Amino acid sequence: MIKLSAVYVLAGLVFAAFAVLSALDRNNSRRFGNAAFWGLVALSFLAGDALGDLGNGILVLGLAGIAGLGLLGRGQPATTSPEDRKALAARFGDRLFIPALTLPVVVAFGVLVLKPLELGGQPLLDPKQATLLSLALAAVVAVAVALWLLRQPWISPLQEGRRLMDTVGWAALLPQMLAALGAIFALAGVGQQVGDLVTTWIPMDARLTAVAVYCLGMAGFTMIMGNAFAAFPVMTAGIGLPILMQRFGGDPAVVASIGMLSGFCGTLMTPLAANFNLVPAALLELKDRNAVIKAQIPTALPLLIANIGLMHVLAFR
Amino acid sequence: MLTLLGVATVVVGFAVRLNPLLVVTLAAFVTGLAAGLTPIAVLEAFGKAFNDNRFVTAAYLVLPVIGVVERAGLQERARALIGRFRGVSVGPFLIGYLAFRQITSALGLTSIAGHAQSVRPMVAPMAEGAVEARTGPLDEPTRQDVRAMASATDNIGLFFGEDIFIAIGSILLMVGFLATSGIVIDPLHLSLWAIPTAIVAFILHAARLLLFDRRLRRGRGA
Repeated sequence: MIKLSAVYVLAGLVFAAFAVLSALDRNNSRRFGNAAFWGLVALSFLAGDALGDLGNGILVLGLAGIAGLGLLGRGQPATTSPEDRKALAARFGDRLFIPALTLPVVVAFGVLVLKPLELGGQPLLDPKQATLLSLALAAVVAVAVALWLLRQPWISPLQEGRRLMDTVGWAALLPQMLAALGAIFALAGVGQQVGDLVTTWIPMDARLTAVAVYCLGMAGFTMIMGNAFAAFPVMTAGIGLPILMQRFGGDPAVVASIGMLSGFCGTLMTPLAANFNLVPAALLELKDRNAVIKAQIPTALPLLIANIGLMHVLAFR
Repeated sequence: MLTLLGVATVVVGFAVRLNPLLVVTLAAFVTGLAAGLTPIAVLEAFGKAFNDNRFVTAAYLVLPVIGVVERAGLQERARALIGRFRGVSVGPFLIGYLAFRQITSALGLTSIAGHAQSVRPMVAPMAEGAVEARTGPLDEPTRQDVRAMASATDNIGLFFGEDIFIAIGSILLMVGFLATSGIVIDPLHLSLWAIPTAIVAFILHAARLLLFDRRLRRGRGA
């Protein structure tokens, strides 16, 4: 069975290459900061399980320290000029889309075809991680297709990958750090505290009020925690289950489903959902870190209100 | 109550624009110490959780191929391609992408598109190209608006499509949680009840995209 550890080795090697190429990049005045940062990420992927909990903790402090002290620069690998790219675009034409479209095709192949496959009674891919395994496989296949089809230099996947990685910068590690923070919150019982706070102070005698508190609470709590998965157990244990389902007899499937989607409205409005909101701003080189969130709020807020209406109508038929 | 100080640390830290990696680390310590853990215990718990969540960062493996096709001119090609279809305006183009993203996510294919693998190399340049084809070169603020809207459209399509798929993480979480509370529920029902919100999300965001399109055209006197 192919497990996630295979992906980690691949990721570790790629990040190690980013680190080495960063160190050699004389055009970046902070090249050693970049080399150290990506080097630590490589170490985490290659040897994380051997470092021990304390070792990993120190590694995280190193990452936060490098980012916090502003030691990260932006690498400038030699690449093609805008004029070159226009000429190349004219020459290659629509063939340029093939490597990029190889990614979704191979991912879909992995999820739909490889995932159900078994080899000697064992699944070929670890079923829990089939999507990420497929994505890694797709990345490798697509690089091969791109190099072969577009005749780019052998080093270009690593150099161009490093260019994009430096564009994202420290924000690349924020989603993983926030996930780790979520674990600390869980350990300290933060969710329960917030849930108690909401249920103690807000009267929920009317059905519509209770529905509104549950939906708004899911969204608000998701904004604080950065993801709806952390908010769901707390808000549902506090309001959804005892009040909406048991006292008012709401349909559990409707309450839970629309409650979760109310949480997703919150995800659209918080910088703590870094991989959806802050990472794309960095990837698209937006000046305003919160530009994506600002573009989402006018959809998220009316949708949240619509969710309250939908739950009120559909859960108590 | 003291444990909520960690939440406050996050809110304040982000508000004063400290480096977010520092803010998160700080919040972990504040929360852990307030809960009565020793600093070393917090560091160990934080390190363990970081290590357990490495899969989050592994997704950047798609960057090398995106970089290579960009080097060979994919963004320029995407921009030129949309320019040939003079009838395609940015609003309907992004509405099409929204529908594609919602439908494929509802089928469980959440990872076939995304900010790194489709928005940056293709969707954003095509959206920019669609505006340029109608009204000439973009000024920088407009370009940024178009890109942000392309990213927002990807997120909205993903979020309000994926919950229609039965085997997605959030559905499994709901089934598991309700089961521990003594409520047995068929995952199919959860995914069916995600459809009304998905439809409203599509209508709302599509309407916004049309307004966005109209504003761009008016604002630029075309």
